[in-house]
Amino acid sequence: MSERVVELEVTRYNPEADKEPHFQRYSVPCREEWVVLDALNHVKENLDATLSYRWSCHMAVCGSCGMMINGEPKLACKSFLRNYQGVIRVEPLAHFPIERDLVTVIDDFMAKLARVRPYLIPKQEKPLGEGEYRQTPAELKRFKQYSMCINCMLCYAACPEYGLIPKYIGPAAIALAHRYNQDSRDGGRDQRQQEIAATEGVWECSFVGACSEVCPEQVDPAGAIQQVKIKSTLDWYMQHLMPWLKK
Amino acid sequence: MAEEVSRKPYVREITSEWIFRHPRYLRYMVREFSCLFIGGWTLLMVWGLKQLAEGPAAWAAFLECLKSPASIVFHVLALGFATYHSITWFNLTPKALPLQIGEEFVPDAAISGAHFGAWAALSLAVLYFAGAF
Amino acid sequence: MAISNKPIVWGPFAAGGTVTAFITPALILLTLLAALGHAPDLLAYERLYAFAGHWLAKLAVAGVVFLSLWSAAHRLRITCYDLGVRADTVVATILYAGALAGTGASVYYLARI
Repeated sequence: MSERVVELEVTRYNPEADKEPHFQRYSVPCREEWVVLDALNHVKENLDATLSYRWSCHMAVCGSCGMMINGEPKLACKSFLRNYQGVIRVEPLAHFPIERDLVTVIDDFMAKLARVRPYLIPKQEKPLGEGEYRQTPAELKRFKQYSMCINCMLCYAACPEYGLIPKYIGPAAIALAHRYNQDSRDGGRDQRQQEIAATEGVWECSFVGACSEVCPEQVDPAGAIQQVKIKSTLDWYMQHLMPWLKK
Repeated sequence: MAEEVSRKPYVREITSEWIFRHPRYLRYMVREFSCLFIGGWTLLMVWGLKQLAEGPAAWAAFLECLKSPASIVFHVLALGFATYHSITWFNLTPKALPLQIGEEFVPDAAISGAHFGAWAALSLAVLYFAGAF
Repeated sequence: MAISNKPIVWGPFAAGGTVTAFITPALILLTLLAALGHAPDLLAYERLYAFAGHWLAKLAVAGVVFLSLWSAAHRLRITCYDLGVRADTVVATILYAGALAGTGASVYYLARI
């Protein structure tokens, strides 16, 4: 197992002592097969215990370790050192306030996620006695990819519109709303439209497409957003030009 | 009891330099800038309509203006940007209009491919009926 | 949050983007050929005047002009915001008004053909 010394340049920010963030350099002896997260863990365990960052599963399913690695939003556990040369710059996820070091304040996203009601709202309450919901493979496929979101917020870091317009509800929230709207068991679209068809919903998106490019789970939030735009537009014109039509 | 830690989240300012942070953002800007050329060319054609309405002499003057070096440069750029708009538009269409037949979704390449095919056919038809060849 | 009325401006933008994607490059090629001195037959005065005289052609031309100018205006509005211009309402008003003015002008000239 060969080793390699990797230079990390990591953002440090102590809210109690610092006026603004600065970089700190670490020389980290790494195994060839390591990811950036392994290097950070080595720093924390052996070089500098004060370094703060979020991580959990180390296998790209929990969404905790999102950071900017050489300026790109990535999961630290999915960023292989073998793909990087020279000094690796590790910064907190863009477009979120920095709490401390690599830890961001994610309250904004958590609030937006709750607003889109990311849970099944059945058309009719169905008591347990009536049995299970049944769904064909086709009905499942209709929403499956949007259910793969791990709430890692890389899409928010990549989205320039979210950076420019903090009120924008953002890619993951809309993709998750879309996941439930597309689910045959769900009847809550009208409620979710109040959030995602508002100005701060899909209408702040200009289809840059960066969100889908950085998504580690191929959710394609950009696609979800455009589909919501089209459906919302058709709804709007139907409602205003043909109000006598009931949905 | 642990001491209270005082929070002081640091907000990073956004400047217009985001455009240069990654090639994808530059490509997006190029795509967006196509609107200047498509809009500009359309306005040029509206002026052409005016000249057409005013008679043969005015129309001839319009055609002469088209032959100026500035006009040629503009047209070449406009053609490039308009084509880039078309290519990006048709490549994004399958994302906005997915088509599920049975259980599977029609592959993206099939949907954009159909659009590119229609674009080619329509363009050739327009050029042919205009007497370009 | 209330459902937005953005579809009013987005609908024509999407339609315009689609229309310009399909026909604008070919049309630019036509006038480029004219600019290079090889004007296609359709651009001869008599032929073009006859073509533009038909009510269906006028309708189509006006429609294409509107959709082209509107989608360009909408995109330029977004681009201004992307580049840091915060006065969105002012920019939007100017640009959409410009698109409508261009459309109005084309209708006026078409009517006189």
